[in-house]
Amino acid sequence: MAKKEDFPNLITKIYNLMLLVISLVILAGGALVYYAIDPDFSVFQLPSAPIAATETVNEVDELNKIENGIHVRTGLVDAEGLMTVVNNCTYCHSAKIILQNRMNTDRWNATIKWMQETQNLGDLGSNQEVIVNYLVTNYPPKMIGRREILTNIDWYELKTNNN
Amino acid sequence: MKRRDFVKKATLGSLATLIGAEIVFGARMPEGYQPLALQDPDPFKMFSKNKDMVVLNDKPWNMEAAAHLLDDDITPNASMFIRNNGLVPENIDVSKWTLTIDGESVVNKKTYTLAELQSKFEHHTYQLTIECGGNGRSEFNPPAQGNQWTVGAVHCASWTGVRLRDVLKDAGIKNDAVYIGFHAADLHLSRDAGKEAISRGCPMAKALQDETILAFKMNGEDIPFIHGHPLRLMAGGWPASVSGKWLTGISIRNKVHDGSKMTGDSYKVPCKPIAPGETVKEEDLCIIESMPVKSLITFPKSGAMIKAGTALNIRGHAWAGELEVANMEYSIDFGSTWKPAVLKKPVNRLAWQHFSAKVEFPQKGYYEVWAKATDTKGMAQPMLVPGWNPKGYLNNACHRIAVKVN
Repeated sequence: MAKKEDFPNLITKIYNLMLLVISLVILAGGALVYYAIDPDFSVFQLPSAPIAATETVNEVDELNKIENGIHVRTGLVDAEGLMTVVNNCTYCHSAKIILQNRMNTDRWNATIKWMQETQNLGDLGSNQEVIVNYLVTNYPPKMIGRREILTNIDWYELKTNNN
Repeated sequence: MKRRDFVKKATLGSLATLIGAEIVFGARMPEGYQPLALQDPDPFKMFSKNKDMVVLNDKPWNMEAAAHLLDDDITPNASMFIRNNGLVPENIDVSKWTLTIDGESVVNKKTYTLAELQSKFEHHTYQLTIECGGNGRSEFNPPAQGNQWTVGAVHCASWTGVRLRDVLKDAGIKNDAVYIGFHAADLHLSRDAGKEAISRGCPMAKALQDETILAFKMNGEDIPFIHGHPLRLMAGGWPASVSGKWLTGISIRNKVHDGSKMTGDSYKVPCKPIAPGETVKEEDLCIIESMPVKSLITFPKSGAMIKAGTALNIRGHAWAGELEVANMEYSIDFGSTWKPAVLKKPVNRLAWQHFSAKVEFPQKGYYEVWAKATDTKGMAQPMLVPGWNPKGYLNNACHRIAVKVN
């Protein structure tokens, strides 16, 4: 009796097992197909933040490369406040106009005020002090007197000399 | 440390943060605008300039010549300095270009197409000296703020156009007119469409002169793009900023024009002399009108070495704003003695004059040849940098070149 009852049970068990095996095979197959398409299984990861971050870091490294103490893209000296200056001062105008100028704190502040009044510069908040400190520290006025001596003379032999 | 902070911040943000736009100007950044950091233009090619020109600024574009590049009697485009207060216009459609004459003191507001201007009014050609008000700024002490021009922000090309006077009279000038102000197509640095990059002008007397023209040709050809194509106001002898490029309008004003760069301390000097570095109130500043007497040795280039016993032939140009240069001298002993140079008359009023001299040196050694022009009112160039002013305008100190006799 017991054996008679066991037989259908065995069939059911085998049937369930087979179902499981087939399901697993289908799932594994599906996974393999997916693997072929997307080996990183990126769909199951959080929004692509880590990859984007890596790329952005590389771009930033390239864009803000420092060589021999100089921020290559702008020519500004790598010192405290550099990126505050780059971020706030080189959107509207080139860093070349900064590099050309030598002013004290009052006159840099006056220049910023002029930019706010006429050039659409916004309030710089606490960045203003950082910017002005960077400028007066790294680009202080040079005293050149009433007339400088001629420097950087490019000497050459003058051959043709007729008017 | 700072850099790492920035990198960390940047990873959270977009490209706008990378180029540093976000903090102050992010909101105003137009979509699709490529920031300067990501552009790589070659200004020498773009503007057809001599490779010896010096780029002072690339946003806005400012570029100056060296003295020896200005040797031609009539300056070619390749050697002409570039001065911009704003960004160059992006689209120029000559067929749709118009000039509007308006203002409180115009009788009938009128708009002309380029073709109308060219066909309706008589054409005139003048050689006109245009010098940047800040030419020579780099020599001021304490340093003055702005582009640090040395000697090369001056040129004298040949300009063809119609007289501003003829056009203003066609629209009608009211009796209360005192000033004109120009309007142009260049963009404010912030790209704010409501702001003009530069809108300067001059009193009526200057506007009505024969030589004040609306030019459409330079050196016989279309004006180069960077110098104001297709229409430029030319006011020779005055700060070059009065000669507005990419001209779209002239306002006849019943008061001193108050456009961009007419106010504050722009193109102004203290009405009364001040000590170097002193602060000046805005009401004590006066608008620059005629430029002062000045000259430039354009040959040879500084640094010439010659053999003992040979004479050196020098040449150059001299100009005096609204006036003429009356006398030209040179010195090889730092001003102890001055010898006369040969000076030609100007081709027309406001054109620079050419000078030359045969210079002899008493013995071997290092020399400087200094040049000094004197105008018809007896004003001469100083050997030292003249009166200090906050923005470093009007440095007309003598030019000099170094020479070695071996």
